[in-house]
Amino acid sequence: MSTSTVHRTSGVTESKLMSGSQILLECLVRENVDCIFGYPGGVTLPLYDALYDHPIRHILVRHEQNAAFAAEGYARSTGRVGVCCATSGPGATNLVTGLVDSMMDSIPVVAITGQVSTKLIGSDAFQEADTFGITRSCTKHNFLVKTIAELPQVVHEAFYIASSGRPGPVLVDIPKDVFQAQAHYTPVSSIHLPGYKVFTEGHTGQIRRAAQMIWESRRPFVYAGGGIIAADASEELREFVELVDAPAVTTLMGLGGLPAEHPNYISMPGMHGSYASNMGMSGADLLIALGVRFDDRVTGRLAAFAPHAKVIHVDIDPAEIGKNRVADLPIVGDVKRVLDKLNKVLHELAPQAREQNAPARADWWRQIHDWKAEHPLLPEVSTSEIKPQHVMREIDRLSGGRAIVTSDVGQHQMWAAQFIRFNSPRLWINSGGLGAMGFGLPAAIGAQFARPDKLVFSIVGDGGFQMSIPELATIANHALPIKIIVVNNGYLGMIRQWQELFYNNRISQAELNSFPDAEKLAAAYGFKGRTIDGAHQLAPALEEAVREPGPYLLNVRVARYENVYPMVPAGGAINEMVLGPPQPVEA
Amino acid sequence: MLQLISLLVENKPGALMRITGLLSARGYNIESLTVARTLDPTLSRMTIVVDIEPQLRSQVIKQMNKLVNVLQASDLTDSPAVKREMALLRVRAPLASRTAILKEAEIFGARVVDSSTEGFALEVTGDSEKLDEFLDVMRSYGEIEVTRSGALAISLEAKKLRLAPPVPRNAAVDEADEKLETRH
Repeated sequence: MSTSTVHRTSGVTESKLMSGSQILLECLVRENVDCIFGYPGGVTLPLYDALYDHPIRHILVRHEQNAAFAAEGYARSTGRVGVCCATSGPGATNLVTGLVDSMMDSIPVVAITGQVSTKLIGSDAFQEADTFGITRSCTKHNFLVKTIAELPQVVHEAFYIASSGRPGPVLVDIPKDVFQAQAHYTPVSSIHLPGYKVFTEGHTGQIRRAAQMIWESRRPFVYAGGGIIAADASEELREFVELVDAPAVTTLMGLGGLPAEHPNYISMPGMHGSYASNMGMSGADLLIALGVRFDDRVTGRLAAFAPHAKVIHVDIDPAEIGKNRVADLPIVGDVKRVLDKLNKVLHELAPQAREQNAPARADWWRQIHDWKAEHPLLPEVSTSEIKPQHVMREIDRLSGGRAIVTSDVGQHQMWAAQFIRFNSPRLWINSGGLGAMGFGLPAAIGAQFARPDKLVFSIVGDGGFQMSIPELATIANHALPIKIIVVNNGYLGMIRQWQELFYNNRISQAELNSFPDAEKLAAAYGFKGRTIDGAHQLAPALEEAVREPGPYLLNVRVARYENVYPMVPAGGAINEMVLGPPQPVEA
Repeated sequence: MLQLISLLVENKPGALMRITGLLSARGYNIESLTVARTLDPTLSRMTIVVDIEPQLRSQVIKQMNKLVNVLQASDLTDSPAVKREMALLRVRAPLASRTAILKEAEIFGARVVDSSTEGFALEVTGDSEKLDEFLDVMRSYGEIEVTRSGALAISLEAKKLRLAPPVPRNAAVDEADEKLETRH
């Protein structure tokens, strides 16, 4: 495991005869790729032959879906393009969930797929699938490379598209005969995509107007999201929040964009957001939306969302402006550059403007603090059983806001987002938009390869864990010191919660029996594992897991019927939260 | 109500699929679609008529403009534009009605492109409503067979075309080569 980037190009500037496979690898090196997550197959044999003695590292996963998730883990933890590779037909179709996931969360990924030889395309050849057609809607862009001549150009275009503007997945489908063909290779010096427009700067006039609106506001509120992470804008965000002294929330995708310990930080908003976050949004007179998309899990019933607020919406994607909520002041641009300029204007205007609403602002902060005190977001803890929230509190204690935490999807994801602090970006890695179960474990693999120096927790439910259980082999294979924490309630917890609350407690197909013995399971792969079920065991067991130099599988049997609160029922307004379970009526 | 969209796109495989896919994914039905190369053979001009709720139209245009292969997508529904459609039809014309058919064709500015003992083949251009009327009239003379082109449109306002400039890919190359050299 090494972080050092591979830099071994062919070293030629004049044309040189090379195979398609070699040209592809050469282009990957020139894009600073040091590691690929993949799985070989028939039509990618020529590529894997070229990889045999190539310095780019190939990580063999146990299922192509996990190659895509691992590439995402790599990309999400570094901001660099993650690369995955699969063969034609089933290999390519197995990538699809990972591609949609990176599309939904705007993660830069390049997927390389093999395709049957050009002469066979369309003939229902063995392991043929219309990868180009299938992945059209789950990528930012995709390519079918019909000739070796276009290969280098296409590969560089793929990386450029994946990583620029609003990032996303790009797939390059390469037929076997293109891998095998020979051509004179000349390095690509520039690419031209006339229709691919990236808006980065932000309109100066709009930025100035935004600054005025912000100073004029009496109850400003910052709603920051995944765009802050993607744009590497957390420093600018912190400066902005301090300059304006506004309360701020970060969405599920934006956790760590503002340090959790920052005094202006409240929590995550939305369906399982804190009372203060949701009341703050609902009471604000100005919502400063930075790199967010007004997702339904944040806004609840859109018509009732932030009803008193004017909206300043900054996003790099023009199609996000006004998609769900009309922006009173739209700014299309890179949120890092926009915030940088905005901070300058705010600073300039501050001497005259800062005091104009000072008393109202002080009242606003008092109100926010009251909401925080009224219903604080505190983890449930019990001595008789392990509360899942308690698990998060203990992981938080060990992390201190610094560890990488990947999660799967469901209740544990929400508890992790509520109770684990992230003091910098790219630590919290989860499947936000798509909600793809099975994500947590392979994403941790990608993150640990990308950041070997980091403590990586993979918090998974007993459902999602079993979706990617084969990757325990990959973890064992590379002795990745990932701490796998299974939050095990024997249920698909979020499904059970909804069935309990909204389907008359008819628990239909949500109970998971026959979970394997964690100690034996881990031992079978050659590493340590353990199951605990007592609250007193929790802290020592987690400490033991962290001390262990290799992988560790900790199966935590938690309270089976715990539900995630606060909760905004589907279709509700976000200030209509259910704050906890119904209290028993005293006789 | 129907929306009229004009697109300038790269003449590349898959470009059409991306645009129609964007519409079909949202459940919109395409009423008509025409595509052909422009003066610049690397580009195509596409005219689409599609049924979209008015409040969602700008979102669709924005999504189209995001496609890498699309140089420009514009909504011509409410802006000054000329719209034309062409129809080719064959009408069975017994001797008795041939003169009348030719008279009607003249009124609509239709041209005879083939004439036989069976009848005529006619071509007609105009806006959709005019074509509908002409076809109704022709149907009154007997059985007809029709092929319509779908709408073509051109904006009467010059649309400023913003294109992305070429992007150098030297940085990575130089960096990689530099690292290579320091290794030797």
